[in-house]
Amino acid sequence: MAVPILKQGAYLIASVQSALTDADLLELRNALVEMVGRYRSRGVIVDVTAMDVMDSFASRTLRDIAHMIRLRGAETVIVGIQPEVAFTMVQLGLTLEGVATALDLEEGLAFLDRGAKKMGRVVGATG
Amino acid sequence: MKGGRNQVELKQVPSESTTALLRELVSHLRQHRTQLREEWAQRITEARLLTAMTKEEVFAEATSVYDNYVEALETGTFEALQAYARNLSERIIPRGVQTDEVVGIVLLLRDVLARSLFGRYHADFDKLNRILDAYEPAANRIAITVAVGFVQERERTIREQQEAIRELSTPVLQVRERLLILPIIGVIDPQRARQLTEQLLRGIRTNRARVVVIDITGVAAMDSNVANHLVLTVEASRLLGATVIVTGLSPEIAQTLVNIGVDLTKMNTVGDLQGGIEEAERLLGYKVHPVEKPEQTE
Repeated sequence: MAVPILKQGAYLIASVQSALTDADLLELRNALVEMVGRYRSRGVIVDVTAMDVMDSFASRTLRDIAHMIRLRGAETVIVGIQPEVAFTMVQLGLTLEGVATALDLEEGLAFLDRGAKKMGRVVGATG
Repeated sequence: MKGGRNQVELKQVPSESTTALLRELVSHLRQHRTQLREEWAQRITEARLLTAMTKEEVFAEATSVYDNYVEALETGTFEALQAYARNLSERIIPRGVQTDEVVGIVLLLRDVLARSLFGRYHADFDKLNRILDAYEPAANRIAITVAVGFVQERERTIREQQEAIRELSTPVLQVRERLLILPIIGVIDPQRARQLTEQLLRGIRTNRARVVVIDITGVAAMDSNVANHLVLTVEASRLLGATVIVTGLSPEIAQTLVNIGVDLTKMNTVGDLQGGIEEAERLLGYKVHPVEKPEQTE
């Protein structure tokens, strides 16, 4: 598989390692949507730090992933968009509407934790 | 073709008599150096040029300009003079010397020397004519070289200063952990807007900012291009995971934003900088409260 997907507690972390072809992106989408159900995950983080190009197909697929995963009952955060990539994306009108974004993996995890607390879904949490 | 090339070569290489005449000219100028130089310095003072410099400084510069001038006449090469002109400009530009002054003193020197040539050869009109034929093109080239050197140096200084101003004009400041402010003052042109976005996005990354307050109280108006750019910046920041709060929108800018049809659900705006920072603190979970019993500190 082009993109390794790691299970970390209640979350799935997909860390993109290189530029992805359209087929790779669809494969990533299908794998995430399937695994969210299989592992009963509550959150998904897609780390795109290594992507230095984001075309319309990639950004539409990321948005699709986020929406599909929401329908499957989990939250998605896209993390690690590079500053140059971010600006190019908005210039092209690819603003990932309705998709949560965070600076990096750490922030993404913090975001999901906050969401989980708000929903009162943390079971057996210490704090 | 071949004939044409030969002609060009003939033009470039000064004929034997021109070289001889220039040599005679140079020895005349060397001979009367002290007198001509003083006359020139006198003329500079009379014409009220280089008023930013003292008399002694003018005289010292006049001496070295004179020597370089004569040397350029003698060798026919202008590289040394060019370097000297640049060096001179570097020293006198910070003192507020104007282009017309520099051109003026070089032309004055040209006049002084020509006058002296008239004085020497007035008996032999034919010789005077040939001497001037040799002298004038060289003198004109010298004047052009010095003027161009000065202007180039000036432009270089201006470019450097513009660069410095541009870098200073968009500070990205961290006021709390995870909170950046970006005060914008003055006119935003497209270039500055681009630079601003670049610095902000980079700042978000390096400071790991979660909230950014862009304060545009100091911006009187912006055209729809720049307003659009601002909206793009807000969205790009969101992609990096930072929330942007825009504060201090003037009525004109508010109208521009509405006219270009900005989606206001994406823009977080607060009236002034204080309100913006308070809102940012709320988003970050800070709570500021005054120290109890402030009168004790007095």
